[in-house]
Amino acid sequence: MRILIVGGGMGGTILANNLARRLNNELKTGKARITMLSASDKHMYQPGLLYVALGRMTPDELYRDQASLLEPGIEFHVDPVDEFQLDKNQVKAKSGKTYGYDLIAIATGSRPVPEEIPGLAENSINVYTEEAALKFFQTISRFQGGRVVIAVGVPHKCPMIPPEVTFTLYDYFKNRGLADKVSFHYTYPIGRLHSLEPVSKWMEGEFAQRGITSETLFNIKEVDGKKRVVRSLEGSEAKYDLLVAVPAHKGMEVIEKNNLGKGGWIPVDRNRLNIEGHTNAFALGDTTNIPISKAGSTAHFEAEALAENLASIVKIGSPTRDYDGKVFCFIEAGKDKATYAMFNYNNPPDPKPPTKSIHWFKMAYNQLYWTSARGLL
Amino acid sequence: MPVARASAPRKVIDARGTFCPGPLMELIAAMKIAEVGDEIEVLSSDRGSASDIPEWIRKVGHELMSTSEQEGVWHVVVRKAK
Repeated sequence: MRILIVGGGMGGTILANNLARRLNNELKTGKARITMLSASDKHMYQPGLLYVALGRMTPDELYRDQASLLEPGIEFHVDPVDEFQLDKNQVKAKSGKTYGYDLIAIATGSRPVPEEIPGLAENSINVYTEEAALKFFQTISRFQGGRVVIAVGVPHKCPMIPPEVTFTLYDYFKNRGLADKVSFHYTYPIGRLHSLEPVSKWMEGEFAQRGITSETLFNIKEVDGKKRVVRSLEGSEAKYDLLVAVPAHKGMEVIEKNNLGKGGWIPVDRNRLNIEGHTNAFALGDTTNIPISKAGSTAHFEAEALAENLASIVKIGSPTRDYDGKVFCFIEAGKDKATYAMFNYNNPPDPKPPTKSIHWFKMAYNQLYWTSARGLL
Repeated sequence: MPVARASAPRKVIDARGTFCPGPLMELIAAMKIAEVGDEIEVLSSDRGSASDIPEWIRKVGHELMSTSEQEGVWHVVVRKAK
């Protein structure tokens, strides 16, 4: 059986490695074949961008050669897909080459789109690309005081970023001795400070201690860079000296171009991850339209479930398990403390008070990530 | 309350058990890529959605078509008005 994995990020990489180990014998005997197509020969540890933005990591620490992360036996090509021909069980790549398959998994991820809000890209900083993270650090290191506004677009990657960027940036200015010269104003799209109610309640207390003001039901409509004002769809506005954006994200252009899903999000079954209308085509990670966090952790647990199912299809002809919606997220809470949230479709999160030990575990995980991508953790 | 057009396309967001980012955030995301006149039905297992979603819809100026509860699942139907 020919298995084609499109995308070499967290989801695609864990899926490929997990699958290769499960199908070790089949790969050796030629009964199965795993091919990965990616847009890059490098793999980026995306959560590390926050640390680059704060001057705690340099960009070169974020990358590994993608080929070095893959199990032997996986065929890897830097050849991004241009056309998905799911009805013909094949894709056409940029090189002009056509790749046929029996099973396909699409994990092309998502991208920030600050340019879709008038004025946002030119007048704000964010942490979502290497270039943006470096600009973020250069901007905050020059900032001498004023009002910092955090503005959050929908949908965005990893819902933990708005509180993390707020608390870590607060600490950054405090450590520079600017605590008295910088004020923070946090805005959020829904009617509380965070989508997870327990996290929202905890944030209320932390904001009160730090004097951080907030406005909820605030969805970015436009930014007026001359007046330094961000306006909301709901009709209010916030004046800023430094605008920190968590911009909205979209799926990749190739997904929309191939009519696989509006906004670049592919509709899939929330348990089996098969693309609607297809039994041999799957999507995972940020690429799907499943209403859960767009985060590496989601991709990780989806990849594990999907690897088990694809291996079962090869071995016994049918999938054997459901993805249960599991997500695990660290939450950096400032003051060198962190906590975490773990939940699935049926069990709500119950984050505990932040501790230093969770923060240091998160620091360790930043390195362990490479073990995780190899599918070993 | 406005009457739903028989021809209006209706998209269903199954946001049951979605704690993060949650039903309202999913609706906001869906509204961005919907066309004016589209109807969206949100299924939510969170009781708060019955008040959160109408509050946001009213504030932004879209239309709330209906809210009902069936066996612990809230069905909130909204229409993109602008």
